[in-house]
Amino acid sequence: MSSEPHSTAPLARLSGVSHRYGDVLALDRLDLEVREGEVLAVLGPNGAGKTTAVSLLLGTLTLQTGAARVFGSAPDAAEVRLRRGAMLQVSGVPHTLTVAEHLALFRAYYPSPLPTARLLEMAGLQEIRDRRFAKLSGGQKQRVMFALALAGDPELVFLDEPTAGLDLDGRRRLWDEIRGLKAAGRTAVLTTHYLEEADALADRIAVIHRGRLIAEGTPEKIKSRTAGRVVRCVTKISAETARSLPEAARVETKGQHLEIVTAGPEALLRRMFQMDPGLSDLTVVGAGLEEAFLALTGDGAGADGGT
Amino acid sequence: MAAHSARVLRRGLFWQLRIALLETRFQFLGYLRLPAFAVPTLLFPLFFYLFFGVLFQQGGVSLTAPTYMLATYAVFGVLAPSIFGFGVGLAQERDTGALLLKRTTPMPTAAYLFARVGVAMIFGAVVVASLFLLAGFAAGVELHRWQWFALAAVILAGVLPLSAVGLAIGAWAKQQAAVAVVNLLFIGMSVLSGLWFPIHMLPGFLQDFANVFPAYHLGQLALKVIDLDLGRPLWFHLALLGGQTAVCLAVAAAGFRRFSGR
Repeated sequence: MSSEPHSTAPLARLSGVSHRYGDVLALDRLDLEVREGEVLAVLGPNGAGKTTAVSLLLGTLTLQTGAARVFGSAPDAAEVRLRRGAMLQVSGVPHTLTVAEHLALFRAYYPSPLPTARLLEMAGLQEIRDRRFAKLSGGQKQRVMFALALAGDPELVFLDEPTAGLDLDGRRRLWDEIRGLKAAGRTAVLTTHYLEEADALADRIAVIHRGRLIAEGTPEKIKSRTAGRVVRCVTKISAETARSLPEAARVETKGQHLEIVTAGPEALLRRMFQMDPGLSDLTVVGAGLEEAFLALTGDGAGADGGT
Repeated sequence: MAAHSARVLRRGLFWQLRIALLETRFQFLGYLRLPAFAVPTLLFPLFFYLFFGVLFQQGGVSLTAPTYMLATYAVFGVLAPSIFGFGVGLAQERDTGALLLKRTTPMPTAAYLFARVGVAMIFGAVVVASLFLLAGFAAGVELHRWQWFALAAVILAGVLPLSAVGLAIGAWAKQQAAVAVVNLLFIGMSVLSGLWFPIHMLPGFLQDFANVFPAYHLGQLALKVIDLDLGRPLWFHLALLGGQTAVCLAVAAAGFRRFSGR
């Protein structure tokens, strides 16, 4: 996938990276760039290779094929660690210590950490600062992990599925905090399997499917490419004819219904009503990520959540 | 960039030491808040010594038994914090991902290891001090002043080889398995190394078998201070202890390599 020209060198980059776990190819010649000041969402279904890509950029996984650079150095270089923060998909930090104690420890790792009060505020932890990690709710734990990622005042932050397992309220809160990062001029890489989340937070989305980069661009561009709606109806129009319509990204017959994935449902329906005024039993719903991947991969293999 | 590099270079030992002390402090606090760890670690050796070393021996006139068992129960006292702290503590932090998270930070690995050894030493020192008080005041054990100090020094230095055993387990086993393995080794090694009752009460082949355990050699070194060991030369125990530690560290290193290669 080509990327638009840009002036500054990327902060982090994977070039031609392949990674195998035994027989499973998790990444297949992946190229990925993180540019200064942006929030990049790495979007893909479970098992697409997002965490593998992030682990290689964090240096917690040993590179097999290709190149990984962060700030122009190896991802696990001492200097890189000072300028980078990470929120991983881990179940937590030692349970017997309090939020404030964990923050104190992580702050000590860095030469110019963010003040504790600021971290507590950024992650919304003021009221629970003296509570032990074991006593926190899932959302609160995630916010602690978020604060730990920011402890060193990093220029670049990796957030691996930060909202996984959170309820709607918890997710919204964390979204606000991630937006705050961007406002503070940080660069962030966020992995997610929610198109909605990527759309809400990212400047740029890289879509990974089966270890390959299959689309990349602004949320608008990705959304248009992922053909945002599914139109479902009973009509005399044949699947064949529907496929020839310019707005139809994908057409399928489901029983007596016709299902059309489209980026422009209004134009499509206008055309279809002209062709078949008797069109009935109509629904228009937002395409899920599965439809989005179907549209992007076009191979019908789908986002089956496989490796 | 340049300012950053300069700052990195200027840090160094002092910075590492500061992190090491902070890690030690919080790991220690964490264990203190875990009664399931702190209470048995601190009280088991005292109760055992009081029961087997002091009360059990009241009938006799000899002070040899309380003196002998002071050395072996002190080794027993540092065994638990050494192998549980590393074996179970490390496996747990690896399972939860806390260790992975730390590996993405600038935390020096040496600081982490320092802290684990440091915490084992603190617990060990408390146990040894309590045992000494009990022995000196309740059991009437009399040693030269240099013997008290030498005994304490040998036993606290023993935290290092015993920690290496824990490290090797923690680097490989999952938490659940680590708990089982460490418990088995803790009890097994204590008995078979002659820490609960004198080694010469074991059958001959078990006395030979004891050579595979670091705790046995440490026990003999401690007993040497009070002239109650089996009489093997000092270098023999030191060499085997050193070799066993090297093997444990190699096993641990292999475990960590596997962990990052996955």
